[in-house]
Formats: sequence, structure tokens, C-alpha cells
Amino acid sequence: MTSQAIAEQPMSKNSVQQKYSGKPILTMTGVRGGYGDADILQGVDMQVTEREIVVIVGPNGAGKSTAMKAIFGLLKVRGGSIVVNGTDIAGWKPNRIVQHGVCYVPQVNNIFREMTIHENLEMGAFLRKGDISESLERVYTLFPDLKERRSALAGNLSGGQRQMVAMGRALMLNPSLLLLDEPTAGLSPKYMEQIFEITRNLRDAGLSILLVEQHAKQALAFADKGYVLAAGSNRHEGTGQELLADREVAEMFLGG
Amino acid sequence: MPFMEFVNFYLMPGIVLGSIYALGAVGITLVFGILRFAHLAHGDLATLGAFAALGVVTIFGVSPWVALPVAMVVCAFMAIGIDKLFYDYLSERPKIIVVMSSLGIALMLRAVVQVVWGVDTETYTRGIVRPDDYWGIRIRDREIYTIIAMFVIVGVLWTFLQKTKWGKAMRAMSDNPDLALLSGVDNRKITMLTWGIVGILCAASGFFLGINTELKPLMGWTMLLPMFAAAILGGVGRVEGAVIGGLIVGIAEETSVLFIPGEYKAAMAFAILLLILLVRPTGLLKGKVL
Repeated sequence: MTSQAIAEQPMSKNSVQQKYSGKPILTMTGVRGGYGDADILQGVDMQVTEREIVVIVGPNGAGKSTAMKAIFGLLKVRGGSIVVNGTDIAGWKPNRIVQHGVCYVPQVNNIFREMTIHENLEMGAFLRKGDISESLERVYTLFPDLKERRSALAGNLSGGQRQMVAMGRALMLNPSLLLLDEPTAGLSPKYMEQIFEITRNLRDAGLSILLVEQHAKQALAFADKGYVLAAGSNRHEGTGQELLADREVAEMFLGG
Repeated sequence: MPFMEFVNFYLMPGIVLGSIYALGAVGITLVFGILRFAHLAHGDLATLGAFAALGVVTIFGVSPWVALPVAMVVCAFMAIGIDKLFYDYLSERPKIIVVMSSLGIALMLRAVVQVVWGVDTETYTRGIVRPDDYWGIRIRDREIYTIIAMFVIVGVLWTFLQKTKWGKAMRAMSDNPDLALLSGVDNRKITMLTWGIVGILCAASGFFLGINTELKPLMGWTMLLPMFAAAILGGVGRVEGAVIGGLIVGIAEETSVLFIPGEYKAAMAFAILLLILLVRPTGLLKGKVL
């Protein structure tokens, strides 16, 4: 990203931009939108900077997943801007957004069941031309379980392994921003811890990650930053530790 | 009844007919799996393929086998064109509207065939071909070629789907269309590719029916039900299932005359379709639920 592009980003009232330093990967400003005519998002501001895990928490229906889908072009954005790597991608089609370095792991139906693990990863690299063996090797290093079972049909795997396939598929394009929609939903504690650990490792390797998570306490504990959404707009924001310590947040969303 | 008589007069014709059904059923299963609707113009597209080959034979005086690849190309472009003009236009509408429009396409294709080639019965070559005897099995060359061609064509398709980037993308689109789009697969290219392949398969199916029997404007339409039965029997979306289903339906139709009057032969496909939908709606190989 050029310095000019940074300068062109809207200087918003969003306090987060002043509070945290680092190169911004994603900046959402006043995003409004929804599936039909009604706006589910009523003006959402968010920022993810380089090498950072940002967690979105909030009650059911707060618009957490919707915010993520808005970034990925899966719903109508009617207002605001979504700047990724210096370019406003609001209104782009998902396949163009993928090429722009954003990969998305949906909460459900996030694997090709009738295809092998290996083919799932190959599909992740569909847009890439040339050799993908290096990325394959990287994903298999991250998820050794998958390498062993690379010829197994993804639909026959356990829930945790499926989630690994889904994340592996998204990583095949070497994205700069990874969107994870409730990656630990329905997983055993063992797998949940494993997914969280991989998420941390990815961050340490230089990736920026935006995470929607129901296990808010566990996720905020290692998140660099958290946003609490309610009724389609920002309610609270802060570092993971700050949010965990906030009494209102704890009472409302973290189950006391 | 001696065993060889059963093989020669019931089993072999059943395998030949089954191979023809299989070629059609594979196309139906691809459309169902990837584009998600029942393509009722499938049989009449096969008719068009058969008559396109006849056109090449009569105009250029070449062997029907030379005309087959030409008919395949004609049908592939026809299928892509029909999609661009009609199905694509309706793609945002409920699927039942697309299905009904494919019925309209079927009637249009048949009308074109009747206008261009007339309503009479035609053949590629005149004269009676006697079957040769191979260790007691009596079979005609064209019947051998039909069976071999079916396995070769489906084998090439299978390899394409398993090994190539675009073949895998087609399977991905059939498996999980939303995720395929998220992975950057271009829906329109997959649709075009699918129709091209479906056109080729239709042409082959119509051609082999024509070379083994006669060419009639209704030839494809009467194949539609057995082809659908074969696709559903094998498991919707499963290419190998469509082949197995096609062979079973073909053999069942030909051997049914041993037990029931020949006029009811065509009802066999219907009976199989009913039975499979009642007993195992996902087909022999686990396919999509309809």
C-alpha cells in the first residue's frame, strides 16, 4: 500500500484509529447494509491492523456475522466505506475481493464434502496460477492431521478436522486478511483450543485475522482488540483485556 | 431357454441400449448436480445431434463415424446458445420456471428437426447388417463400438473431472456452490463448460441410438424417461452412478419382454424410477436428495 493511499483514507471520528498504531489492513467506517431492504448494520466502524487478531463479540442478532459478510461482499452495503489495503472494496463481488487478499471461512458449509482434503486445498488456490506446492506444504505444516489424511473425503472428517480443512482452504491464497466466522462453533474444548492456537500462530506469522466468536471469554483473552456489537452498531471497543475487565461487557455478553 | 440365447437376444441388446441411456443420463446428472434443475430438453437435444450427424452424412457423403464429432460440436454450441438465450436469462427465477422452459426448448428443438429433416424415419446407412459371431456371442460391429465409445467418452469425462483444474471446479460447484464462488470460481464459465459437455454427451447418445435403430423426430423424447430413471437410480450428481443406472435400465427394458408383453417395455423405466424413489431416493451411489 502506498503512503498516498493511507492519506486518502477518511479521517474519521473513529477513536480506534488514533488509539492503535500499525499499518491498517481493514478499515470499516460507518458501514450500513443488510440482506433485503432493511439495514441490519446501522453504521459499523472497525479497524484491523497488520499482525493482529480482532474479535467481534455481541449477543445473537447483533450483526456480527453480517458485518463479516459485508466485508466479503455477500450483502448489500448501502453506506460507509470498507477499505482493505488502501482500496475501498465496498460493493465488490466476492471473487474480486478474494483476489484482493481477503479470504473468508463461513461458519457452516465451509468445505467441499465430496472432495478430498487435498482437493479442498487445491480449490482454495483456484485463482492462483503456477506452482502451489509451497502453500500446500505450509498448510500441511500448520495442520499435520490433514497431511496424514490428505486423500480422505472432507465430508468424512470430524468437526474439528473439517474446520481445519476450511481454514486451510482459505489460507491457500496467502491472504493478508482472514475472516473467521465462529470457527469453534460446536467443537470440543480440545479442538477449540487447537483452533485458537493455530489462529495465534497465524497472527505471529504476520497475518491479520478478524474473528467472530461465541466463546467470547476465551477469544478475548488472546485477542489484540475486540469490538462489541449490539443491534447492528458499535457498543464497546478496546483491547481484549480491557473488554474482559469491563463490567458492563461482562454482564451483557460474557455471562457474568 | 439356453444361456447363449439369453445373452444374444436380451443381455447384449440391453447393454447396447443401456450404453445409449448412460450417455444421456451422465448429461442429466451433470445438469442436475451443477445447474440444479431437471433438463427436459435433454432427449430432444439428442435428437438434434442424431439429425445433425445425418445432415453431415447426406451433404458430404461421409461415414456416420466421421459425422459424429461434427454433431458433437454442433450440439455443444447449441446447448451453450440455448443457455445464453433462455436458461441464463431465467437463472434468478425459481427453478421450476427453468424446468418448464426446458420443456418449451424440447418442443422447439423437435420442431426444428421436423422442419429441416421432415417427419419421416431416416437411417444413416441402408441395408441390413448381420451380426458377427464371437465365441457364440452374436454382436454387430456398431454395437461393439457403441459400448466401447460410451466407456471411452465417460472415461475421458471422468478423468477430466478428477484430474484437471476446471474439472475439479465443476465438482466443487456441484458440491458446494457458495463455497466455490467464495474460492473465486467463475459461475458463468462453469455453466458454459457444463453445457458444452452436455451437448457432446447428447449428440453421442442420439447418434448411437440412431445408428443402432432409426432416426425419428421423437427418438430423443422417448428416451427422456429412461435417461432420468438411470440418472436418479445411479444417484443424482454421480457420473459413475449414471453409467450403472443406464446399464441397469437398458438391460431391465430388454429382458422385461421375457416376463411382460413387449408393448410394456417402456414402462420398465417408470417402474424402476418409482421403486428407487420409494426405497432409496439418493440412488444406488449416494447422490443428492431431490
